[in-house]
Amino acid sequence: MESSFSSPRNDSFPAGLRVLVVDDDPTWLKILEKMLKKCSYEVTTCGLARDALNLLREKKDGYDIVVSDVNMPDMDGFKLLEHVGLEMDLPVIMMSVDGETSRVMKGVQHGACDYLLKPIRMKELRNIWQHVFRKKIHEIRDIESHESIEGIQLIRNGSDQYDEGYFFSAEDLTSLRKRKDVDNKYDDKDFSDCSSAKKARVVWSVDLHQKFVKAVHQIGFDKVGPKKILDLMNVPWLTRENVASHLQKYRLYLSRLQKENDIKSSFGGTKHSDYSSKDLQGILSVQNSINIQQNDVAHGSYRFSGNNLVAQNADPKSNEGDIKGIVSEPVAEPKKGTTGNIPDSQKTRSSQMDFNSSYAETQKGLVGNVPDSQKIRSSQMRVNHSFASVESEVNLTAFDSTIPATYSWNQIQLEKEHKPLIQLNNGFSKPPLPGPQHHFQADQLQSIPSISSRPSIPGEDVTGSSKSKPSYSEYTNHHGSHVSPTISATDSFPGQTKSCVVDHQLSETISTSTSNMKNQGINLSTDLESAQRNLILGSTSPFASLDDEFQICWYQGDCYGMNLELQNVEFSEYTDPIHVTEVPAHLYDALRFEYPCDPSEYSVLDQGLFIA
Amino acid sequence: MDKNQSRRQVRLMRQSLFDQGFLDEQFIQLEELQDDSNPNFVEEIATSYYRDSYRSLQAIELALEKTPRDFSKLDSYMHQFKGSSSSIGAKKVKAECQQFREYCDAGNGEGCMRTFQALKKEHATLKKRLEAYFQMARQAGPIEAACRPK
Repeated sequence: MESSFSSPRNDSFPAGLRVLVVDDDPTWLKILEKMLKKCSYEVTTCGLARDALNLLREKKDGYDIVVSDVNMPDMDGFKLLEHVGLEMDLPVIMMSVDGETSRVMKGVQHGACDYLLKPIRMKELRNIWQHVFRKKIHEIRDIESHESIEGIQLIRNGSDQYDEGYFFSAEDLTSLRKRKDVDNKYDDKDFSDCSSAKKARVVWSVDLHQKFVKAVHQIGFDKVGPKKILDLMNVPWLTRENVASHLQKYRLYLSRLQKENDIKSSFGGTKHSDYSSKDLQGILSVQNSINIQQNDVAHGSYRFSGNNLVAQNADPKSNEGDIKGIVSEPVAEPKKGTTGNIPDSQKTRSSQMDFNSSYAETQKGLVGNVPDSQKIRSSQMRVNHSFASVESEVNLTAFDSTIPATYSWNQIQLEKEHKPLIQLNNGFSKPPLPGPQHHFQADQLQSIPSISSRPSIPGEDVTGSSKSKPSYSEYTNHHGSHVSPTISATDSFPGQTKSCVVDHQLSETISTSTSNMKNQGINLSTDLESAQRNLILGSTSPFASLDDEFQICWYQGDCYGMNLELQNVEFSEYTDPIHVTEVPAHLYDALRFEYPCDPSEYSVLDQGLFIA
Repeated sequence: MDKNQSRRQVRLMRQSLFDQGFLDEQFIQLEELQDDSNPNFVEEIATSYYRDSYRSLQAIELALEKTPRDFSKLDSYMHQFKGSSSSIGAKKVKAECQQFREYCDAGNGEGCMRTFQALKKEHATLKKRLEAYFQMARQAGPIEAACRPK
């Protein structure tokens, strides 16, 4: 089988994609229907937002993607967008004749995967399947991360899984993919198979969401955690992962709301225009993180933006450095030895900004990597691979050679103490992925190692020197050990980062992030999932490539890591190797694979990686 | 006129619609969507557009007559109308919509009124041209696939 990733069957895939089109203009509805049918998609049209929501609710898994107009008489398109995101977790594409930046930004903030301008060309519609695909990949990774915990154990025992995974080769990927049932769905022509292939997606109905919100309020937003929420909700069939992931989204949603006002101002300060709008959306939390970093840099607040996460620990400044470091970390020096890398990252604040950009790139890599870590299992690898293959097969191979992963892993080990870093990384600092650019790819292959190796975040170049995860340096401060930037494996953060970023940007207060971190930390394992989800949620196309990657990474690292302190607290969470390793899982494997370190090291790494 | 002449006439009419700025690229997109399963797709879309836009125009007219003028509402209506006009590629109509919105932003009631009149005129003119075009096209028989204007 050939993974559809590597060679999508043009003849079948993505035919049959089930699209729901919502537009109050009947003329446009006709045109869009015709266009989508020409793309061989299955189209359902709807003139009212209310009707659309009903349709979606009735047929939980009946649609793959929603395309909606922004201006509708009965309900604002953005509202619909949020509902769909929260309840059904489907990718949504917005359309409008108005292409004003503020509108587009709003769309991104509310979680839109893409924003199309009318008149819409057919070629624009042809490629909407990528959003569905991306989301599924992330979901798989999400799911796998849970599995990875168990998988980590397995991995430890047998590295053959990794062997397959690590050596990135088309065949390996293919085999990995085969292993992954989920992947199978892509192979199928019928998209709907996906649902059955992968774990049943939890649909958050209004009631369920109400219970969730109630529980959150009862616990207190800053003390909230998936486990607590789950207990309070008292829904037997719901799992902690489901809650964690939903919590992630919810956090993003709230921060988005909060940011909307703040962002205006903060965004003004953000250098990265694309980031700014995207940040909020958490397009990829990573992205956000990156942006945030930028903002942070500017504001001096949370630097978390991604790199900072690691460094973030309470020190915004350091965050910057971290971010930088993290970014720079990217694996550039994989072999070098973690320490080397990390320090750099910290140093460069300015590079942070660069980092951001590079980070963004790295994110890509990270994203790729991150998921891997979680996956530890070969499945991860597969995912990664498939992902990677999708992303860039080439990269993977590149990774293999770099073996940065190991490098980062080592770092992670050092980081042990960092735990928080991991969290941080999650958000921003995509842990230095070896060879940033590659990291994604490599990550995929390496998946495990890549997590840390990521640091190299493509953007890394930005920091250049910072390769060493700046966050790392941060950690060093805290932990004194290598704060493996890898932790930035931002994987974990992604989800977090988003939220963190959002907060940071707004509040620019580390404290905020700290709390996030805390939550993050605790929820690290769960967060990863949510992070990933968030990422997915957030991942808007702009950073599409990155986002995806980051998302993966982020999930792992939900740890926003900002708060080192949190980390310590969190650490306990992490102490559970399996738990911790959600992300690192693959990292773990990577490590194991790459460097036969002793298990304890790995655990540390995992944690570190996990942070990301 | 014989078939060939009819066809040539149709081609010329079509070309002039583009040359004179009545239609833009979107119209070609519609033509490309037309196929055996929808042989009159473009005409159907145009008909649908004129039916809906007629209602929109009435709403705007009413809103314009109210005093004091609610510019944000007018702007919202016009935004909608612009989106609708973009569906068939009504270039001149869209330009008037944009002008109208600018006057709304400026709170210029007079400007809005004037522009609205111009808009209605363009809207009606295009309708006539399209009707003639479609009629001629039907008479001429199946035409070759849509070709980009030179």
